Amino acid sequence: MATDVIHGSKAVAEAVKLCDVDVIAAYPITPQTRISESLAKFAATGAIRAEYIKVESEHSAMSACIGASATGARTFTATSSQGLAYMFELLFVASGMRLPIVMANANRALSAPLNIWNDQQDSVSARDCGWIQIYVETNQEALDSVIQAYRISENHEILIPSMVCLDGYVLTHTMEPVDIPEQDLIEKYLPPFKPALSLDPDSPITLGAFANPSTYMEFRYEQQKAIERSFKAIEAAGKEYGKLTGREYGLLEEYNLDDAEIVLITMGSLAGTVKETLASLNDRRIGLLRVRAFRPFPKDDVRRLLKDVDKVAVIEKDISVGLGEGALFSEIKSSLYGLDSQPSMAGFIAGLGGRDVTPEDIAGVVKKVEKGFEGTGWVGLK
Amino acid sequence: MKVAVDVPSYVKCRQSCRASMSAVRCWRFKRNVKDVSEEELFAPGHRGCAGCGCTVAMRLALKASGKNTIATHATGCMEVVSSPYPETAWRIPWIHVAFENSAAVASGVEAALKALGKKDKVNVIAFGGDGGTVDIGFQALSGAMERGHDLTYICYDNEAYMNTGVQRSGSTPFGAATTTSPVGAVSLGNDRPKKDLPAIVAAHGVGYVATASVAFPLDYYEKVKRAIAHKGPSYIHVHSSCPPGWGIPSEKSIEILRLAVDTGMWVLYEIVDGKGRITYKPATKHPVEEYLKVQKRFRHLDDETIAKIQESIDKRWSELFED
Amino acid sequence: MVTLGGHIKETGSTTKTKTGGWRTFKPVIHMDKCVDCGCCWIFCPDMSILRKDGEYSVDLEYCKGCGICSRECPTGAIEMVLEEK
Ligand SMILES: Cc1ncc(C[n+]2csc(CCOP(=O)(O)OP(=O)(O)O)c2C)c(N)n1
Ligand code: SF4
Ligand code: SF4
Ligand code: SF4
Ligand SMILES: [Mg+2]
Repeated sequence: MATDVIHGSKAVAEAVKLCDVDVIAAYPITPQTRISESLAKFAATGAIRAEYIKVESEHSAMSACIGASATGARTFTATSSQGLAYMFELLFVASGMRLPIVMANANRALSAPLNIWNDQQDSVSARDCGWIQIYVETNQEALDSVIQAYRISENHEILIPSMVCLDGYVLTHTMEPVDIPEQDLIEKYLPPFKPALSLDPDSPITLGAFANPSTYMEFRYEQQKAIERSFKAIEAAGKEYGKLTGREYGLLEEYNLDDAEIVLITMGSLAGTVKETLASLNDRRIGLLRVRAFRPFPKDDVRRLLKDVDKVAVIEKDISVGLGEGALFSEIKSSLYGLDSQPSMAGFIAGLGGRDVTPEDIAGVVKKVEKGFEGTGWVGLK
Repeated sequence: MKVAVDVPSYVKCRQSCRASMSAVRCWRFKRNVKDVSEEELFAPGHRGCAGCGCTVAMRLALKASGKNTIATHATGCMEVVSSPYPETAWRIPWIHVAFENSAAVASGVEAALKALGKKDKVNVIAFGGDGGTVDIGFQALSGAMERGHDLTYICYDNEAYMNTGVQRSGSTPFGAATTTSPVGAVSLGNDRPKKDLPAIVAAHGVGYVATASVAFPLDYYEKVKRAIAHKGPSYIHVHSSCPPGWGIPSEKSIEILRLAVDTGMWVLYEIVDGKGRITYKPATKHPVEEYLKVQKRFRHLDDETIAKIQESIDKRWSELFED
Repeated sequence: MVTLGGHIKETGSTTKTKTGGWRTFKPVIHMDKCVDCGCCWIFCPDMSILRKDGEYSVDLEYCKGCGICSRECPTGAIEMVLEEK
């Protein structure tokens, strides 16, 4: 195992290389661009054997991935913000056709106003598209999660595409030490792609037919059942990966939860800042629950972990305008619905459009919640 | 572009028979039709309207390409009528993803075949209607053509968005009434000329570009075969009739389509490696009025407008067919 | 139960739907006038002209009665007659 100090973008590209992907189709957008550039370099030097389609848009990137995956190829794409929004229509097609495409999304704010910095509004807004969504905290986790994503998505019990979400700039452009596993280790972990469906003249199939009201609902139901099966698959993939590399992953990460009375909840790299803050506060009563799998959303585990807690505070980088709270806060509330003794709940919107979220901000949230704050608040609003 | 001398056999046959100039109407040279594959890869029972010329475009393309073909399809009439789940008219592997991306999906299919080492054995065809090609699918088409994928794009052009109920597209001819270019006190129907997509595709440097018509099935069949045989991207724009959308009786679906060529409204040509060649010259030039007056979509046109249309045809005709 | 991702294995299965029911007029071929040119066969949008060794017949299960074959026949060998139902 080699340790390199690399950007999150490079970590993702290294993962794609290890997974021996057949077809890559990607389009540049800040802060994702370095992923496509790294992959282009790999392709140019022969380090990967993938066909790299330099598509003319993200819409075509996802379209080409759908075509390639349906033809039996392991496929990869990466995007961000406006690019993800441009793909929106096709996200539903990829999941509806049950194609195990893997995509990295470098989380970035959506226009307008135009902003290239990090928040998680892009992928959070795509939460109902039927994709698995994994939010990573570190560059190492980005690499590890892309590899696991193929294993989860390609499982014939699942067959759901996966989106690995890494915070733009905070991870994509920041150097961290990353262990790059050996190729033969990953070959053991990730078997060659065996498509469940493929366009093949020797046994022709039709894909993308026109379904009327007598069948449509059943397709959505089957998707829901499949993504429910992925709870186990995500956990198993994380455990198995841990056996090989010493780094184990699950649906949620529990940090200092054993005696916690106040639990902070967040996704992605912000968890690092929270951990740092908690370490300096050094208070056993305060813990962190990091949501790694936002889809499928591990409702039952969240409920089990939070049922005896006093106070819950969600900090997130997205907002459902019109509802006045973030999506994660809504999901947490719905997970705890009907408990006999519900914790008091607070949701904070933070870091939109790249606004810094500092350890002091986190400490401020803790203080507020300790004083009995409930409902929704904004962090760092001027 | 001038009429070349090395016309293919099926055109020669038509030249020696002055009775009719439509490829298969020359029944003295029967063998022509018999060269066409018997294999039906597009099944009956599809839900296309009676007399739909577009389904003939699908059927003949598959005959020419054969069963070792993967097809992608844009949303539109031919996609909807051919794939009512759990039934399908297709006997080849076929995929529909969305309206504007048939060319992009086909790019992915082609790349996958290459990556898996199967490209030599399999043809890739991307189908799209005129809306899915000249309008919303234009960017994806341009990208796929420019990138040089080994695939054939076939646009079946029925000159409007038929699937959604006959709205105007960039391919709707001047003067045609559609539901979004209706005739009114201050409107004579569609007020813009038809976008010349084959020329735009040719400008990408695509090695094989052709126009065709369902009324000239052998010409079309040959062109699909050539497009498929051509390594790299190729493009065919096939004029196809739509009885309800054009307001014509179903039985006249083919003959009116033929009139488009015989009046010069539609010209059959191919551009091979940048060199253009007319593949069919009408024996006599019919006045455009013959084509317009039999279709409800043009019936409102006054003499002045018809004269204007005739004038533009005459200009093109003399450029193409006369020295 | 619906199929995985909505795929259809049974290709050409629209043949389960007999579109012949749409017809008002049906084509009748008079073989004595037929010159075996194949026009009717090549133009039929519904693959409903069957031909074998120079003999032509109509597949009434799928023929929608559009009348193209009759119109395109150079010898007038195909007559459209009102369907009796
Ligand atoms: C993104 C998107 N916009 C609009 C539509 C609605 N729509 C479906 S088919 C169609 C028209 C198709 O026209 P054309 O490509 O000419 O094919 P035709 O139906 O005429 O064969 C439209 C507007 C859609 N499916 N997707
Ligand atoms: S509306 Fe026109 S194009 Fe669509 S199936 Fe009917 S005839 Fe064919
Ligand atoms: S009437 Fe139309 S559908 Fe019936 S056989 Fe003739 S061409 Fe085919
Ligand atoms: S079109 Fe007429 S002459 Fe030609 S094959 Fe058919 S029935 Fe015979
Ligand atoms: Mg159309």
